[in-house]
Amino acid sequence: MSLFGKKQTDTASVTYISFAGDTHQVAVPIGDSVMEGAIKNGIDGIVAECGGACQCATCHVYVDEAFLGRLNPIQEDEDEMLNTTASERKPNSRLGCQIPVTKELDGLIVRTPKTQQ
Amino acid sequence: MTSDGVVIVGAGQAGFQVAASLRMEGYAELIVLIGDEPSLPYQRPPLSKAFMAGKQDIEGTALRPLAFYESHRIELVTGAKATSIDRAGRSVSLASGRSLPYETLVLAVGARNRTLPVKGAELDGVCYLRTDAEAVDIRQRVEQARDIVVIGGGFIGLELAAAARSLGKAVRVLEAQSRLMPRVVPPILSDFYRDLHTGQGVDISLGVALSEIAGHQGKVSEVVLSDGSTCPADLVLVGIGVVPNIELAQDAGLSVSNGIVVDERLRTDDESIYAIGDCAEHPNPFAGARVRIESVQNAVDQAKCVATAVMGRSENYRAVPWFWTDQFDIKLQMAGLSGHYGQVITRGEPESRKFSLFYFRDGRLAAVDSVNRPGDHLAGRKLIGAGTGITPEQAADPSVDLKALK
Repeated sequence: MSLFGKKQTDTASVTYISFAGDTHQVAVPIGDSVMEGAIKNGIDGIVAECGGACQCATCHVYVDEAFLGRLNPIQEDEDEMLNTTASERKPNSRLGCQIPVTKELDGLIVRTPKTQQ
Repeated sequence: MTSDGVVIVGAGQAGFQVAASLRMEGYAELIVLIGDEPSLPYQRPPLSKAFMAGKQDIEGTALRPLAFYESHRIELVTGAKATSIDRAGRSVSLASGRSLPYETLVLAVGARNRTLPVKGAELDGVCYLRTDAEAVDIRQRVEQARDIVVIGGGFIGLELAAAARSLGKAVRVLEAQSRLMPRVVPPILSDFYRDLHTGQGVDISLGVALSEIAGHQGKVSEVVLSDGSTCPADLVLVGIGVVPNIELAQDAGLSVSNGIVVDERLRTDDESIYAIGDCAEHPNPFAGARVRIESVQNAVDQAKCVATAVMGRSENYRAVPWFWTDQFDIKLQMAGLSGHYGQVITRGEPESRKFSLFYFRDGRLAAVDSVNRPGDHLAGRKLIGAGTGITPEQAADPSVDLKALK
């Protein structure tokens, strides 16, 4: 039930793979972020201390190479924040809170780092 | 031997984080998290920002789903009010009559809104924002409102004004002081925000005093100023600061002043009882004084500090304060505490709407406020935390790479 805001009828499948190799495949409503998909489904490995305001870099994920080209581009604040992640920044590093789930991302695979803080 | 574990009073950002961090640290004993609101613990920042502007639904503010508390063996007691602490017997009593024994007690009891001391403040349509329920109520009222008056030109008032204006409403902000956010930013930022809001069509009135709120049939109709002028209003949103919830601690004989008094390790004068978050008056090395800080950063970092102490690795609280506010398309990020600054250096051009202010106190960098310059903000957090030497000349020179300073 949603009183206001985004319509959340359609979903896309997102798979989260932990550092230890645990895999969770969940249906994330279109418009929710990759971070929200993890939090709402109780998936450990994403902390999201600031709640998605691009302020804390604790929702760091490594995006599967096959999906990199379909992502929204990195903005300046996310780029700066990615320089402060607790685990190594790689070319496929993103903040989960800055990736809105779209239909085009159906099947997305992200890996969570060893530590977020 | 099992201990009575940790009882946390207050299920806001700070209380939640204590429970979460304890389990992350491997704490194995009982954890009880007591909240006086009916909802699952949630984030407050979006209530006046993304939620109010229609960009996030209220369910999206929950910190974790219910299943998290079950899987992490955190007993979550919602809608419950703690009424007294028996320090000698180490237990907390709830209004329901239940008594909860504790080994360690954490008071994360927060603050409540300061209320308007004028006639008419009780009228329907005079609203305050702190809880999710209040946010949902205000959001519905904003939808139906025509003339919205915001009382208080601080963070909450201005965020609400920006959200309501972005929904196309007529908004007027009344601020008693001669500039916006006077307690927390210097005049250059106050002026920047006045221009921002004015440019978006918000009517800003500074240096005005309220006389009363007038109504018709129990519902607000206008705000009357001390000079006799009136502003039509079918919705009045009040954001004039908060009062820390000290009563539970005070009644238990703990020291209180502008908050529950704690030491550098966030302990009250009872070593089994900590106080954290909005309610805790703590010695802060970045303020050089005892302060109370109302922010997510402070709530989260103080919670982690206490969780670490419970695990037997007690350390002084010394996290760099940081804060942010979103108004229209402008993000202001603050690192350090800028109050009582000496020298202020501007980096970048305010006209470009991308600039930072560097505050120096006794020749040392004390704080950085950044407008749409996230790189400066993060560099500032690091420089302030490490106590790295940076000169005012370096701060002023955009060609100096702040991240490279050692």
